[in-house]
Parts: sequence; C-alpha cells; structure tokens
Amino acid sequence: MTTTSSEQHAVPFWRDERYLQVLAQILVVAIIAGTLYYLANNLVTALAAQNIPIGFDFLRLTAGFDIGESSIAYSRASTNAQALLVGVLNTLRVSFLGIIFSTILGAIVGVARLSNNWLVNKLAGIYVEILRNIPLLVFLIFLYSAAFVKLPRITEALELPGPIYLTNRGFFVPWAEPGDGWSTYRWVLWVGLLVAIVVAWVLRRQGQRTGRMPLILLWAPLAFVVVALLGWFIVPGQPLVSSIPVLEGRNFTGGNGLTPEFMAVLLGLVVYTSAFIAEVVRAGIQAVSKGQREAATALGLSGFQTLRLVILPQAQRVIIPPLTSQYLNLTKNSSLAVAAGYPDVYAIGRTIQNQSGRSIEIIALMMIVYLAFSLGTSLFMNWYNKRIRLVER
Amino acid sequence: MVRKSFIMLALLLVLALTLAACGQATTPAPAPAPEQPAVSEPAQVAGNTLATIKARGKLICGVNQAVPGFGFLQSDGSFAGFDIDFCKALSAAIFGDPNMVEYRPLTASERFTTLQAGEIDVLIRNTTWTLTRDTELGGNFVHTTFYDGQGIQVPVDSGINSITELGGTAICVQQGTTTELNLADQMAAVGVQYTPVVFETADETVNAYLEGRCDAWTTDMSGIVARQSIFPDPTAHKILPEVLSKEPLGPMVRHGDDQWFDIVQWTVFATFQAEEFGITSQNIDTFMSTENPNIRQMLGLEGEMGVKLGLSNDWAYNIVKLVGNYAEIFNRNLGPDTPLGLARGLNASWVDGGLLYAPPIR
Ligand SMILES: N[C@@H](CCC(=O)N[C@@H](CS)C(=O)NCC(=O)O)C(=O)O
Repeated sequence: MTTTSSEQHAVPFWRDERYLQVLAQILVVAIIAGTLYYLANNLVTALAAQNIPIGFDFLRLTAGFDIGESSIAYSRASTNAQALLVGVLNTLRVSFLGIIFSTILGAIVGVARLSNNWLVNKLAGIYVEILRNIPLLVFLIFLYSAAFVKLPRITEALELPGPIYLTNRGFFVPWAEPGDGWSTYRWVLWVGLLVAIVVAWVLRRQGQRTGRMPLILLWAPLAFVVVALLGWFIVPGQPLVSSIPVLEGRNFTGGNGLTPEFMAVLLGLVVYTSAFIAEVVRAGIQAVSKGQREAATALGLSGFQTLRLVILPQAQRVIIPPLTSQYLNLTKNSSLAVAAGYPDVYAIGRTIQNQSGRSIEIIALMMIVYLAFSLGTSLFMNWYNKRIRLVER
Repeated sequence: MVRKSFIMLALLLVLALTLAACGQATTPAPAPAPEQPAVSEPAQVAGNTLATIKARGKLICGVNQAVPGFGFLQSDGSFAGFDIDFCKALSAAIFGDPNMVEYRPLTASERFTTLQAGEIDVLIRNTTWTLTRDTELGGNFVHTTFYDGQGIQVPVDSGINSITELGGTAICVQQGTTTELNLADQMAAVGVQYTPVVFETADETVNAYLEGRCDAWTTDMSGIVARQSIFPDPTAHKILPEVLSKEPLGPMVRHGDDQWFDIVQWTVFATFQAEEFGITSQNIDTFMSTENPNIRQMLGLEGEMGVKLGLSNDWAYNIVKLVGNYAEIFNRNLGPDTPLGLARGLNASWVDGGLLYAPPIR
C-alpha cells in the first residue's frame, strides 16, 4: 500500500528529503571523525618526527617535587599519579566549599536585590554589577597580592579573641583534636546521623499526610545536635580535646590553619560566582507571578511562609538549570588557582608537565578530570531538578 | 519542497567538498612528509631552521625578561643580558648583524612547549641541562654557557645561617624549574620539613618572599643575585652558604636539525676561543694580518670553517666584532662593574683554571 503511494510520487532518491536527511547526518559524522583522525594522526607523526615519546608511564614515576597543601600523605618520593590526586582533592576542596558559600551568598544578595529597602537594594545591585564585570583572574591576583599577602607577618600576627591569628602565612584558629574517648564517640555521631535521617523521613511523611510541611531542615539537624550533646556527657573520657595555635619557632603549631593561597582562591571564586548566582536567584523569584504572592497574602501566610511555601518552591524550578551552569563555571574557574599559588590539579599538572615533558598527556588528563567534575555536578543537579520538577497531571 | 531539497543538496555539495579536501590532506600523512620550507609558518620545519631564519630575515630567540643581567626587559622596551648577547652572537653569525633578532619572553613553565611547537628557533633562557630535559622534551642542549648552582636566600635578620635551620619554614619557588626538584631533594636529604609555595612567575615568587609570605626563596645563585640587585633593600638579604645543585645553563634547540645544533654550539665555542686567543671586539682587526694558522682559520682568512656550518666564512669574526668574546659578554652583563658583580669562578677559560674549553676550530 505504502509502496504504491511512494511509487506514485516517485521522486529520485537524491531529491527525497528522507534520504537526504540521513545522508547529511552520515556525512557530518564522517567529517567530524575524519577531522579528528587527521588531527590525531598529525599529532602522532609530529611527535615522532621530533622524537618526543608519548604514553602514560610517567604517572608511575617519582614526582620529585613537594606540594604545599595536601589532604593525603604525600612526599617528594610519591608518584606523579599521587601528586595529581593531591591536586584533584585540592580542587574538589576549594570547589565544593566554593559552591556552598557562593550559593548562600548569592541567595542573600539575590533576595536583597528585590528588597523594598532602597539602600539594601542598591548595594546589592552595585555588588553584582562590579563583581560580574571584573575578570576573575585579575580579581584573584588582586585578592592574593594586595590583600592576603599584605596581612601582618607571622611575627606580628593580628590576634583576635579565640585566639585567632591573622597573618600572611595564613589564618590560625583553635581546633578540636580526637581525645581518648573519640573511638567511642564516633559511634555516637553515626547514631546521631541515623536519628536525623529518621526524623527527616518521619516529618516528611507527616507533611505529606497533613499537607503542612514542617521545617525539616531545622528539626533534623537539631536531632543530630541533641544526640551529639547527650553522647558527649555519657561517653567516658574526652571525645575531643581543644588545640590552640601557638607560635613556635617560625610557624604556628596546634590549632588549624588556612593558607592565604587557599583563602584567596576560595574567596575569589565565592564572591565572583555569587554575583552571578544572585542574578539567577533574582530572575527565579521574579519569574513567579505576582498573583501567587498576593494569593498567599490573602490566605494569611506570613512573609517568611510565603517565601518558603509559595515563592521558593516555584522559583527553584527556574533557578536550578542556570545555577547548575554556575556551579560548573566555578569548578572550571578554580583552575585559575595557580595565579594565587594554590596547588590545584591544574597547577600540579603544569608542574608535572614541565618536569616530565609530557604536555599532551597532561593536557588530556586535565580535560578528563574537569570533564568528570562537570559531568558529576551536572548529573547531581539534573537528578535534583527532576525531583523538584512540576509533575503535570 | 523542491526548494528545500535544493538547499539541502547545495549544503551536501559543500560538505562533500570539505570532506574531499580533508581526505586529500590525510593521504600523504602515512608516507614520510616531504621537506618543504614553510615560508608563512614560523620556525616549524625541522631540518631547515637556518633556511627558515634566512627567509624570515630574523632569528626568533626564546628568552627571559625578569632576570637582570641574564635576560631582562628594560624600561625602554629593549632586552639586555648575558643570554640576550648569545642571541645577538647567533644573529651576527648568520646575518652579520647582531640585531636581526625577535625576542620572545617566556616563563619557566612555558619555555619547552614553545620550543617544541616551533615558535622559537632557539631557547636561551637560563635553562639547566638535565637528562630528562635532554631526552623527553624533543630538544637538545648545546654546550653550557654558564655554570651555576642553586642557592637559598633569607632575610639577614631571620637568624637562619644554614639549610639545616630551615625546619618549619615556608619557601617560595618558581613552577617548572629544576629548582623545585632540587629543593625537595636537598631538604629530604638533610631531613628538614618545610612548605613550598609555588608560583608561576619570578615576579610573584619574589614578591611573596619580600612580603614575608615565605621565610626564604630559592633559585639559581645567579638568579638570586640578579633579582637581589633590584630589591628595595638588597643589603637586607643574604644567600645561605650551601649550594644545592649543579645548574649548567645553556641554549637549547629542537631535535631533528643537526646543522642548526652545530651553528648554535659553535657560536658559543667561538666566544670561548676568542677569549683564549685574546681577541676582543676592540682589537680583532689587528688580528686580520696574523700568521697564526689557528686564528686565521677561526677568522675565515684560511679554510672554509663558516661554509662547513652553512654560514659565511666571517661568521666568527662577526660574532666577536659585533658582540664580543666570552669575557666581554660576561663582564658587560654580570661582571664586577655591574650591579651583579659576579666573579668568573667556574666560568673562566680553562687556561685560567675554569671550565670553558672549546674544541679546535679547524
Ligand atoms: N635554571 C633553572 C631555573 C631557571 C628559572 O626559570 N629561573 C627563574 C628564577 S630567577 C626565572 O628565571 N624566572 C623568570 C620568569 O619566569 O619570568 C631551570 O632551568 O629550571
């Protein structure tokens, strides 16, 4: 039946749109594959012509250089792969904290931009306009060399109550270290976590049943704190002992320190990205129609309730996709860390590239690492986005 | 409908042509690429560096811009220094004019990729000769022009007098240098714990040290002295007595062009040999009537030394006349009358007990 009809309108295949479309797609794929092959082949031939070896064996070799900040055991005798891992963890550390803080700061500024208070509104506007328009690299270099490195020298440390010491070697704060009761207390913390999860689940169920969603984000952490506090008094021995920073010789010992490199990069990323997030948040809130707010007010909801129960859940849907790309930007921008001397994965990659001469391999690894970070973030955010999406009935 | 498919067809035709062009370009690739002088491209084609330089009309030299005395970008926009003078000597040997050079300022971590990529003809940027660099970077080192060693600098009032007293300190160092590795090696050897703070450029490194971010900073001795000469208060800093490493600094060229390697290498030797013969830029013309066969061969009065290198026979004459012998180059940039005030030390001619020893130019 169909055959006859198509035969009736017999169009030669080279004018039949259906064939042409398929053909065009095949061609495009072929062109892309061909170009890639050409480039790869070119690369291999050129490297061979210059006698430059290629391969990933160098990852097993001794790195030979030291790294200033590392969250895992590392020394000059570790391998290049371990050095890269140190860099990956440093990047994750600064990006993760950066995402959290820039979200908080961005949300505050975004809401402030919609404030009826003239001063708050204008200040938030100026904040966004200035920060969005300064290149991040310039901002980072400024923060590091004009702010953090200009702090008092270690011998003249600025002492704040705590004691907290501010110096250009870093900020040193009192910290807690595991005491003799720590091994038992650890279990209490796990139990606390479990209790918090159960509380959250129960409250959620209750909210779904009654249609009145309780403040889960308040009660669940509170449950954790209560368990943790109870455990503190019940568990024998000292779970944690405080450790106070003291200047000993040329450096502080005890307490915990944050280097100026880390802080400059973190602050730079947070402040810069928060300006963009503020705009995303503002746009999201404005996208909720005015009628929703008016209806909420008419129902007698308070300002906070309106925000929490009516505005934010709807604004969220608009906010999440552009917010995701801000997170991706932040993670990728963290590769500017080398400008402030922070050993992120890119800085360490550059060092290895220089010491081993493996440019192509290192650049390829860098691309894979950042791609993995970005895909990971995207996956999470897409999952979240799907969860909060309006289910059309 | 008809219109639409027509556009589609046209599009396909364009695509097909592109593909054909691609295919053509790929075909000759498996076969060894024929030598073709790339006129429009920079210093790309291996095996033909000299021809490329001549066709271009200038030498492209990768240099430092931040180390006074070695390679420094002056306030008037010109480059000066010991390494720069070797770029000039090469230009004199090739063109009979020391100024046919384009300088490319490079950071420590950029330099090798730039050389590999063929963007410069030669790298003369206080670069240490090591086995890894010689084998893995697609380049070769010619003879060393400056024997150096790594040092550590601290403020005079720090009370630090030896590297064994550096425990718990922060040390500023530049990325992509041998310095980074030597520091780690030596500190591990003496068992001293320290924190490296690594920067991309010399300026950042030195700035962090001067601001007190680090207790010490480290690089080649010559580099320290050079930077110290432009510190706000040079007398407030001292170099620790230990020499951490051997740092033979010299020019580097790309693999695959032996003639070009020879030209760079013998340009260096010519400056050594001229000093040994006592020939300077001032007195060279008095040697033109010499009877000494060795000098006659070097100056192109006898034999065809220049032609064997692919240059003209007055190549060495031009180097010495227009730039100077090794002693002149050294003294002009690093010697006692300069802010650096370096002694010749190992960098003296072998006849004076140093390491500079040129093979015979014959
Ligand atoms: N000779 C060592 C170090 C050379 C080096 O890069 N030194 C630094 C410290 S003085 C420098 O020249 N920096 C100048 C810059 O990067 O602008 C090497 O070859 O790795």
